Amino acid sequence: MNLDLILGILQIVLIATTPLVFAGIGELVTEKSGVLNLGVEGMMLVGAVSAFIILVITGSYFLAFFVSILSGIIMSGLFAFLVLFLMSNQIATGLALTIFGIGLSSMLGKQYIGTPIDGLSPWFFVIFSFLIVFLVSYFFYKTKAGLVLRAVGESHNSAHALGYSVIKIRFLSILFGGSMCALAGSYISICYAPMWQEGMTAGRGWIALALVVFATWKPERVLIGAYIFGGVTILQMNLQALGLRFPGQFFSMAPYVATIIVLVLISSNKLRIKLSAPASLTLPFYKGR
Amino acid sequence: MNSLLPSIVSRSQSSGIMNFFVPIISIVLTLITGSIIFVLLGFDPVYALYTFFISPISSTYGISELFVKATPLALIAIGLSYCFKNNIYNIGAEGQLTMGAIFGGGIGILFHDTNAFWLLPLMIFAGAIGGALWGLIPAILKTKFNTNEILTSLMLVYVALFILDYLVVGPWKDPFGYSFPKSRPFSESGRMPILFDGLRVHFGLIITLFLIFVSWFIFSKTILGFQLKVSGYSPKAAKYAGFNQTTLVFFAFAICGAFAGIAGLAEVSGPIGLLYRDISPNYGFTAIIVAFLGRLHPIGIIFASLVIALTYLGAEDAQLFLQIPSAVGFIFQGLVLFYLLGAELLINYKLTYKKLL
Repeated sequence: MNLDLILGILQIVLIATTPLVFAGIGELVTEKSGVLNLGVEGMMLVGAVSAFIILVITGSYFLAFFVSILSGIIMSGLFAFLVLFLMSNQIATGLALTIFGIGLSSMLGKQYIGTPIDGLSPWFFVIFSFLIVFLVSYFFYKTKAGLVLRAVGESHNSAHALGYSVIKIRFLSILFGGSMCALAGSYISICYAPMWQEGMTAGRGWIALALVVFATWKPERVLIGAYIFGGVTILQMNLQALGLRFPGQFFSMAPYVATIIVLVLISSNKLRIKLSAPASLTLPFYKGR
Repeated sequence: MNSLLPSIVSRSQSSGIMNFFVPIISIVLTLITGSIIFVLLGFDPVYALYTFFISPISSTYGISELFVKATPLALIAIGLSYCFKNNIYNIGAEGQLTMGAIFGGGIGILFHDTNAFWLLPLMIFAGAIGGALWGLIPAILKTKFNTNEILTSLMLVYVALFILDYLVVGPWKDPFGYSFPKSRPFSESGRMPILFDGLRVHFGLIITLFLIFVSWFIFSKTILGFQLKVSGYSPKAAKYAGFNQTTLVFFAFAICGAFAGIAGLAEVSGPIGLLYRDISPNYGFTAIIVAFLGRLHPIGIIFASLVIALTYLGAEDAQLFLQIPSAVGFIFQGLVLFYLLGAELLINYKLTYKKLL
């Protein structure tokens, strides 16, 4: 095997995996605060379509990403309002967000299918994705604010008793998650593809959700997990291109199977699950209790 | 003097009246929001809403199609209510549906040239087994290894979809199918009988109504239904009463999986007639909306399945007549669930104005 081929594959893996890192790290922050948002796929799609439309209309990459992130904040803000203020069920609300996002993005993007755009070089975002993981890791384990966020995810009643605003911290964590998912989506429609197509995130939102569990809620492991999942996908494409008659579906299901195995391994031990998963995940916080 | 902002106080007992009105309120709010969206898109809202919600069911064929779509939704939703009543979050019904279609459809492919009365019952049975087995995986993992069933059941959806994909492009591909990713068609006796000539509504509807009736009986007349309800309200009370939580988890997942599996089999042996990739337009996920909208009550679920089925039909008509992508139906489904979840606050909490002085 020559060096060029290896470098070429490495390049493809880096470019293809970046959206998983963005969406995964966003969802990780949300889950660390004790909220499970199943709306990742929906927020990615709306982020992707809004960036694309703004780019076609204005021609400005900056505006495209700006509006896309804004769309992520609005979408996740809607989710946050429902789960935090109206205390709705997080699972159902997240699914509603995904279903709504799939519909909204298809409708908004209908007349933009097939519109050509000049794609943006992905490298800035590839580097930024590494940076954001280390920033989140630093934030969690080296700053007081990060400690408070983790405390809210572990025991919201204790954090509340200590005088921290559970609702405010969760709200901000959800918004961060939403903006990262939208960034992942806009990266796909503007750098990776570059085009708009209905449902173009192709299940990456669900992989990102699996990724957070696979990473046992640790930021650096999101990066490692994303590159394992992304690498497997690229490997599968290359093997098929080489004409190997191995069913690619088994590669495609690997991330989900691996996540279930990891979940079993960490959950079977009481201490290990306590050290991994935020203890208040999916539990609503109600002050009056 | 009262404070200006109301504060939220939890009700000691959930409000029965609100339980009835909240779904209706959320449907009305969805229609209002929908008309605003249509206006923003430049459509006459009355015409658009007519196209979406009235014209699809203004013919006999349309009403039959409504029942075709409502059948799997209602069947899965009633299965889900076994889980949701017990606070078990099985969100993997789409995977259980797929596995049911694979097991039952596999029998159909095996006996593709057999015409016998036992074929369809055998396929239905295999579908139920397939769905139940797939549903039991998260149940076993939850009870043995304490894993979170939300995540495992969701992950298993995608595993099941890839298995189906592998089968229809690989070993089960139709040898005479010009390399299309689909299986052989089932034999005539492996198809759900059509209820009325010229319409597509099939025997799956009868099965669904029967299973809804059985579920109503279990929920309201048996100890088992009582146990499900109690352990949903208060796991501690259920423990003190000596109910076996492990058994209940297994039971709920197995029933839900079996119902979803039958729904999947009814789809492939009903309107479709063979196995291919896209056997379900997200019925397994949409049924979660149906279960919530129907308040986990058998009668409620019947009505809710018809309402949500209408969003599928309306979306198809909207694509034909308004040139809106059919995915617009998902907007209505998402909206109705948003409003429903938001308005649920009124069932379990009440707004009061605190006395300040």
